[in-house]
Amino acid sequence: MDEFLQGFIKAFELIVTLDPEVMEITGRTLAIAVSSCLVATVICLPLGSLIQFKQFPGKRILINLIQTFYSIPTVVVGLLVFILFSRTGPFGIFNLMFTPTIMVIGQAILISPIVLGLTISALNSVDRTITDTARSLGASGWQTAWVITREARFAVTAAIILGFGRAISEVGLALMVGGNIRGFTRVITTAISLETSKGDVELSIALGVILFFIALVVNVILNGLQQRK
Amino acid sequence: MSLRPLKSGQIAGTFIIIITLAGLMAAMLGCAAEAPAPAPAVTTPAPEPTYPVATPKVRFKIATTTSLYDTGLWYYLEPLFEEKAKVELDIVYSGTGAALNQGRNGNVDAVIVHDPDQEKKFVDEGFGINRRAFAYNFFMMAGPAADPAGIKGLEPADAFKKIADGGRKDPNNIKFVSRGDSSGTHGAEQRLWANAGYTYATDIQKSGPWYIEAGQGMGPTLIMANEQNAYVLCDGSTFTSYRGKLALVLLVNKPSEATLNIYNAYAIDPAKVKTVKIKQANDFINWLISPEVQRLIGQYGVKEFGGPLFNPINDGGCTYPACPDLAENMIPIK
Repeated sequence: MDEFLQGFIKAFELIVTLDPEVMEITGRTLAIAVSSCLVATVICLPLGSLIQFKQFPGKRILINLIQTFYSIPTVVVGLLVFILFSRTGPFGIFNLMFTPTIMVIGQAILISPIVLGLTISALNSVDRTITDTARSLGASGWQTAWVITREARFAVTAAIILGFGRAISEVGLALMVGGNIRGFTRVITTAISLETSKGDVELSIALGVILFFIALVVNVILNGLQQRK
Repeated sequence: MSLRPLKSGQIAGTFIIIITLAGLMAAMLGCAAEAPAPAPAVTTPAPEPTYPVATPKVRFKIATTTSLYDTGLWYYLEPLFEEKAKVELDIVYSGTGAALNQGRNGNVDAVIVHDPDQEKKFVDEGFGINRRAFAYNFFMMAGPAADPAGIKGLEPADAFKKIADGGRKDPNNIKFVSRGDSSGTHGAEQRLWANAGYTYATDIQKSGPWYIEAGQGMGPTLIMANEQNAYVLCDGSTFTSYRGKLALVLLVNKPSEATLNIYNAYAIDPAKVKTVKIKQANDFINWLISPEVQRLIGQYGVKEFGGPLFNPINDGGCTYPACPDLAENMIPIK
């Protein structure tokens, strides 16, 4: 129990004194998660609109498939990215293994199903009468799509934030393709994993507290958004 | 019916924050992105090549065995090499088996490993070149202070027999935690089981709950053995650096050919993997065997742990048949 308490005291010291290692790891974690989120958003928003507003055979099955991938294990994505981007793999020439870039790519793949699926749901839940009104006022297909997307903006943002939450909290992928290189690819979750397995809990606790705090902020924003629609 | 007016202030704010962060991030990644390797310079006769200050830093990757990583040796050496060679040294840690595979897959430029059998295969396949041994230690056995199997002071083979027999009869009190990750230490453990007269895959691996395969690095495996009150085979350096965190005690400490543990560095042959940064790999290996770094390795841990953790290869103590020919080993790679 004493050790437990000591751990917490030291952890708070690390946070309050803005320990350079803690700050550096936190900054990198945020940077990587935010960029993967951005990549996923840029790809999934237009794609989601396309799937929602176009009619095509197999649409239902496609959406089911996307939803299945919500819970794809992070290590499976890690394996996929490893096979693709190892220097002997098909994309090996880019030489990206064990870099922050590959972590962004992996996390973007990981969270894309969530962002895509929830974007489609968000667009789908916009009141039917809005579509009809826009149509009857003479809006073209693209203009109607824009109006609906604008209506669904809070729900879409919530989808993105959920994706962010998954990206920042995953560890398997970051460890497998990032390599947990100190000062380069070490993020909060991989640092906690390493330090705890080595029996050093202070840094782990400090980073855990920070991650928890980030999750709290994300949730507050999410709640705020969900109440607005 | 008219559409609701845009209430986009807040949402726009959120996006602005995200985009700003992304911008910062892009800048960070930009700095971190791999700088192009400088064109191979004409070799100068100067023994200490000087580097222009503005040379973009090359990222150079090595895969190292966990026992070296967990002792903190790389934390100690990394900045010194980075300063000297003006490169960014990226260190990935895993067991010897996984480290060699990172070399085969071309994900690293050099490997630091310690498993004679796997290393021989790696060299035979044509991946490993320019081997230099740079440090050694001995495997030891630790266990609970009560020593339920009674191995204290025994020869490793006898100790292994007692643990295996005792573990089968009384798996609640006598346990053994294995690395179980194809690491050099795992390889040494399998050789010791063979020395003790067991067939590893049938007599040990599947013989009951007493034999626990951790699948983790040396440090985490020690922590696990400590939690389980189990016996464990460990390199002496990692044990010394973890001693303060453990209730386990050292029970078998017999330096011999059978427990000798040599750490070797290899460059990956660029003929096999085109992308290998062979110049940096060779510079790094030469740096490890340089008298200055050999001295630093011998001093590492003296202050913190009361004694050196590793024996530098040139300390004159490595006199077993498996030890490298020093005269040959200490010649820098050209």
